Amino acid sequence: MTQQMTSEPHAAAVVAADERRAQRTDRVVGLVQRQGALAVLITVVIIASAVFPNFRSYDNAGTILVAAAPPALIALGMTFVIITGGIDLSVGSLYVLGGVVSAYASRWGVIPAFLLPLAVCGLIGVVNGLLIAYTRMAPFIVTLAALLGARGLMRALSDEGSTTYLVTNDAFRSFGTGTFLGIGYPVWLVVVVFALGMVLLSRTRFGHAVYAVGGSEDAASLMGVAVRRTKVWVYIMSGLLAGLAGAINAAKLGSGVTVLGTGMELDAIAAVVIGGTLLTGGAGTIAGTIAGVLLLGVIQNMINQVGNVPSSYQQVISGAFLAVVVVAQTYLVKLRRVT
Amino acid sequence: MTTEAATAPRPALDLARVRAWLPKYGVYVAILVLVGYNVLFTPNFLTWGNLRIQLIQVAPIVIVALGMALVIGTEGIDLSVGSVMALAAALIPLYLGYGVLAALLVSLLAGVVVGLINGTLVARVGLQPIVATLALFVGGRGLALVISNGQLKDVRNEDLIFLGSGDLFGIPMLVWIAALLVLIVAFVVRRTVFGRRLLAVGGNRPATELAGVPVKRVLITVYVICSVLASIAGLLAVARIQSSDASAVGLLIELSAITAVVVGGTPLTGGKVRVLGTVAGALLMQLVVATMIKHNLQPSTTEMVQAVIILIAVYVARERKSR
Repeated sequence: MTQQMTSEPHAAAVVAADERRAQRTDRVVGLVQRQGALAVLITVVIIASAVFPNFRSYDNAGTILVAAAPPALIALGMTFVIITGGIDLSVGSLYVLGGVVSAYASRWGVIPAFLLPLAVCGLIGVVNGLLIAYTRMAPFIVTLAALLGARGLMRALSDEGSTTYLVTNDAFRSFGTGTFLGIGYPVWLVVVVFALGMVLLSRTRFGHAVYAVGGSEDAASLMGVAVRRTKVWVYIMSGLLAGLAGAINAAKLGSGVTVLGTGMELDAIAAVVIGGTLLTGGAGTIAGTIAGVLLLGVIQNMINQVGNVPSSYQQVISGAFLAVVVVAQTYLVKLRRVT
Repeated sequence: MTTEAATAPRPALDLARVRAWLPKYGVYVAILVLVGYNVLFTPNFLTWGNLRIQLIQVAPIVIVALGMALVIGTEGIDLSVGSVMALAAALIPLYLGYGVLAALLVSLLAGVVVGLINGTLVARVGLQPIVATLALFVGGRGLALVISNGQLKDVRNEDLIFLGSGDLFGIPMLVWIAALLVLIVAFVVRRTVFGRRLLAVGGNRPATELAGVPVKRVLITVYVICSVLASIAGLLAVARIQSSDASAVGLLIELSAITAVVVGGTPLTGGKVRVLGTVAGALLMQLVVATMIKHNLQPSTTEMVQAVIILIAVYVARERKSR
């Protein structure tokens, strides 16, 4: 009773203190939500370095990065798509298709080996984008159809998956295996592409349009944002990046492997979500996606370090990990809304 | 699809009628056209042996698609169905020693558990269905492989094999089971309070919540039903192949199931479930593949045609929404 009868200035002070505390919680929660994947990544890396002597080595870091290069590119495209509130299920198929096309085209030189997969996958991205933006069909279904279509195309090109085209071009092959400053060329390429992506998303009109479309399509449209054009472009980018990832993989493996890449789209979605990008659109960062991709890569590498762990355990751990991270993130978002 | 082309140039009234009619019955028309084509041009199509094979092949997809249709009716999606099938399949040989019934119960129980996890993540935690079920899509198959040690195990139990390859009144048990499940699900959707609530949740969740419907419980139940149906499909797959292979059972079936649901005219936006349409969707896709195989077209062509059919089906359904 007596506590309720406090003088007014005192009550105001209490309210102010509460507000400050709320603001502080808000900031911390926001930081964790945005950089949560990074924090987990650092923790996991520290633990891994302490437990596995081989993990610390420069070579192993290089291995992780090179292995993460293609998924990183796919996840970058997926980040743009998801920020607009869409989803692209076709990237796994496009990745494989890109690899096959690239290996096939490598007989004509390095430039076709890059350009042809980009052209083919970019074109499928155009189709995805046009269908989604102009017919208002659900991205999930359109890109699901593209998943099937691209896989069919890949099989048609590779004699129903029985022909594996070898990369005969030495220059292209050495792009995949060569290193600069001890780090593979693919990694450098990915770093450049990510830098471009970050600038595009956070420093350009297009990037703002991407966020606006994801936040509220109607509002964006009323503000004069070219909603349809923005959507078409993100799906084109997603297709192009998946094709590029396929080309890199072909250079790395020396062949257009027809069996890898199923489920790649889900890995990419997982990495993006772990990185703090919301599937509802309108929010997300590329830095988070990098952390998400690396986190999945490091976990895989750790499981390899333990040795003779069957890949099935790896799936169990990735699945559980995904659930934990996503649940934690959802609670953080809720917490922020309440405070 | 052909009817639209034929009637398109006619006056506006007819066009509107076709537009309203096509998304509802287009899938049946497409099946009739395909069956007609096959009867005329495909040798040995109308033999009992062939129809049997087609029905046996489509049965598991129908069963999984039923659950998927319910989930999609609540504006959700369940990617984990293939993993649930693998999980159910992996558990069967482990518990077969305690009798068929015990083995079946355990694998159904696995479905219930997965469904509870999915449902809780979606309804209580508030995750997007695609992410919530993605975790078990990745983890579930891994767990199935861990359980089975990654090995293919033969199943030599008479009763179980009867479920998979036996006949009742000349019709495969698999088909009976699938038909029974279709009837049950159709009844639940059309004639029960739960069915009404399910559609209400998918149609407008906030309004349903305000109307006093236990939305969370409905959602969790829907995901449990979907997983249980998937585990039934998983154990039937074991019974049919007479072996349990966790790495292969139910692989990519989520895509076939979603395709069947969507082609059958159930909108992804929720609030509507077309049970018979879903069955027809599964049958149509099966017929397309069978027709193309019979005419010596490559699997690659089949896949591209499937992609086009999905797009056409969704495009047609979309027109109704905007009207």
